[in-house]
Amino acid sequence: MTANVSPQDDVLLSVENIHKSFLGFKALDGVDFDIRAGEIHALLGENGAGKSTLIKVLTGVHQPDSGVIRFEGREIGVRDTLQAQHLGIGTVYQEVNLLPNLSVAENLFIGRQPKRFGFVDRREMERRARALLAQYGMDIDVSADLAQYSVAVQQLIAIARAVDLSGKVLILDEPTASLDRNETEMLFAVMRQLKERGMGIVFITHFLDQVYAVSDRVTILRNGKLAGTALTKELSKIDLVSKMLGRTLAEVTHTTHRTAPPASARRISFRGYGLSRSIAPFDLDISEGEVVGVAGLLGSGRTETARLLFGIDVPDSGKATVDGKEIRLSSPREAVAAGFGLCPEDRKTDGIVGDLSVRENIALALQARRGWLRRLSSREQSELADRFIKALDIRTSDMEKPVKFLSGGNQQKVILARWLATNPRFLILDEPTRGIDVGAHAEIITLINRLCDDGMALLVISSEIEEIVAYSSRVRVLRDRVHTAELTGKDINAATIMRTIAADTPLGDEPMEAKQ
Amino acid sequence: MNTRLLPFYATLLICVLLYAACVIQFPNMLSTRVLGNLLTDNAFLGIAAVGMTLVIISGGIDLSVGSVIAFTGVLIAVLVSHHGMHPLAAFAIALTFAAVFGAAMGAIIHYLNVPAFIVTLAGMFLARGLCFVLTTQSIPINHPFYTALQGLYWRLPGGGRLTFIGGLMLAVFAAGIIIAHFTKFGSYVYAIGGNRTSAELMGVPVARTTIGIYALSGFLSGLAGIVFSLYTSAGYSLSAVGVELDTIAAVVIGGTLLTGGVGYVAGTFFGVLIQGIIQTYIVFDGTLSSWWTKIVVGILLFAFIALQRVLVFVSERRISGRTIARSTG
Repeated sequence: MTANVSPQDDVLLSVENIHKSFLGFKALDGVDFDIRAGEIHALLGENGAGKSTLIKVLTGVHQPDSGVIRFEGREIGVRDTLQAQHLGIGTVYQEVNLLPNLSVAENLFIGRQPKRFGFVDRREMERRARALLAQYGMDIDVSADLAQYSVAVQQLIAIARAVDLSGKVLILDEPTASLDRNETEMLFAVMRQLKERGMGIVFITHFLDQVYAVSDRVTILRNGKLAGTALTKELSKIDLVSKMLGRTLAEVTHTTHRTAPPASARRISFRGYGLSRSIAPFDLDISEGEVVGVAGLLGSGRTETARLLFGIDVPDSGKATVDGKEIRLSSPREAVAAGFGLCPEDRKTDGIVGDLSVRENIALALQARRGWLRRLSSREQSELADRFIKALDIRTSDMEKPVKFLSGGNQQKVILARWLATNPRFLILDEPTRGIDVGAHAEIITLINRLCDDGMALLVISSEIEEIVAYSSRVRVLRDRVHTAELTGKDINAATIMRTIAADTPLGDEPMEAKQ
Repeated sequence: MNTRLLPFYATLLICVLLYAACVIQFPNMLSTRVLGNLLTDNAFLGIAAVGMTLVIISGGIDLSVGSVIAFTGVLIAVLVSHHGMHPLAAFAIALTFAAVFGAAMGAIIHYLNVPAFIVTLAGMFLARGLCFVLTTQSIPINHPFYTALQGLYWRLPGGGRLTFIGGLMLAVFAAGIIIAHFTKFGSYVYAIGGNRTSAELMGVPVARTTIGIYALSGFLSGLAGIVFSLYTSAGYSLSAVGVELDTIAAVVIGGTLLTGGVGYVAGTFFGVLIQGIIQTYIVFDGTLSSWWTKIVVGILLFAFIALQRVLVFVSERRISGRTIARSTG
């Protein structure tokens, strides 16, 4: 699996067999990774694959539970970010971590401002700032507030700062997430220039085309494990996608897809539904007793689709109809009133209320739907909780236990129970099996199948291809924020889905490809 | 133009207009005599407000200011009048106490991660309570050194007098401006107010700076206490009640954002002057109750907070408009 580059190549920074757990959840499970001088090393993986944890271990934000970190051959322990900076490891985070209320020059030199007679010499500082940015071909007013500049410029300023401070290893965490194509090209030019200077660059992205456009090697993480490291030019896109999405679900591999139920009059339709800069307009029909799987890589518009369908984001085109009647979905409240439910992707921040008990969490959505005046009595709440704890096999010592003490799989079931209590006709599940153990995984899939048999319409978003194959009657494939294909019948198999995801013709990115 | 400077210019404009309006009604107000008195009467407020400006720019608040002013006044009065200590020695003790008191609050805020509001509220009660431990009475200060300082002034053209305490306030404002814009400490204050987490990631010594900010605010409150005792020739436990709120008002009217990160020490100067001008107007008018000062300050505060919200809203829209324009394609 290792790239065939001779080991005597100049390895700047390496980690061996790194383990890191959070509350029993294995974020990193025996990962090896190294970065060499003069290379751009892409780091890929879906949400929760362990990318950010690995970066945080490299930069001293987290301490690994076990494993070795070496820098220029010496074993080191990185205690904090400052020490990492001094060693020569600079990081630019996705959210630009600069100070928008300070000037560009101050952002570049804070803490090391040039002094004259004991006071900060602003003129000298601004002169040095201009000289520093000139290396990157930027000629801007460095005395202006950083907030005056676009994200792209701020990004480059952050890079200039990191390189000036550290200068050996540069870690870029999704730097292109909010940049347009020209700005991305600008950034790539800077990255190539730094590579020529012998820096090692770790490039985290979820845009596959960018991986091929700029990187020399690729490392793929999956569920906290190393899925592979390879030279970019030797790794085909389809191999890359299959490594990212993987095949771990031994339990359900035998399952075949469901057949689509007969088209029913009672269905939910979206026509030309879209929001510019979020997701391109799409058509979608879901009937009762049907599971539509949504496949695509991180950033392809999966979650955006869910947010739009549930009224969190308001579409700027298209209309939604339920049973042939047009409805308005401009807030989650209206979606709930229409009988929709959504289990969001990140249950910790968007889903559970950790300090409330299992009972209260389950009763939440139903109570919200009834309005606060018609309070659910505690007896009704208990009955409700009791019913779902039994039905979904939620493992908790009692229903008054705060939800945060439950395992990930059981938390997921609590959220499911919350929506099931409202008896929805259309349930959207965004990554229902993320971060839960294999046993719970299989149970959730069984549950999805059962709900579907009971006549509920479900839209399930997942990074687990095998899982989508197991329960979907139709599969939507998303790429670059466009619904590119819908697979039905015998096309619902892992190979076809992956091929569709990895299909070339990256929309709108041709110039980048042309450069290669 | 930089929108961050807009509140500052607004303050400047209001200050000038207000003064002009007063002069139109009472031409006598246009004299260096009035201006000199304005500085003298508001010296203690201005000095404390410089510290408060830095505290608020860092995203904090210091409610202990009024109590510390009262405590230092009482402490000096007790030391000088009851124990026969030389005022300079008493000043040194009072300032050291005030600075340490502020530093302790800063340390609690940082290390125990308690909101500044709560910690300084406790500090406010503590310092006020300590006043009553020392004495419950108003203690007059009669010392030749005091008389000498009180008699010290620079003559201004037109018969006005810039007293020692008025001059001291101007000097403190000058020092405040230099600290804010020409020292590393100043840039750290703005950095912490902008985003504490980012500041920490960028290597700003957050602990040291936070403690320094509150120590400075404590020190300046102590200095304001000295000035107040020079102004009133006495130390009294119940003096300077609510002064912290006057300083906060001056800081906000001066264009500093209560959310931190943005603000100017010079703006605070005009914030103090605006309050002073209103009071002077009431004195000249003679029929109005002094509570009108509070009413006008209240209205101005509302106006400035509204102005800040509008500016923040506008700049956010501009920035998001720009990022959206960029993410297309």
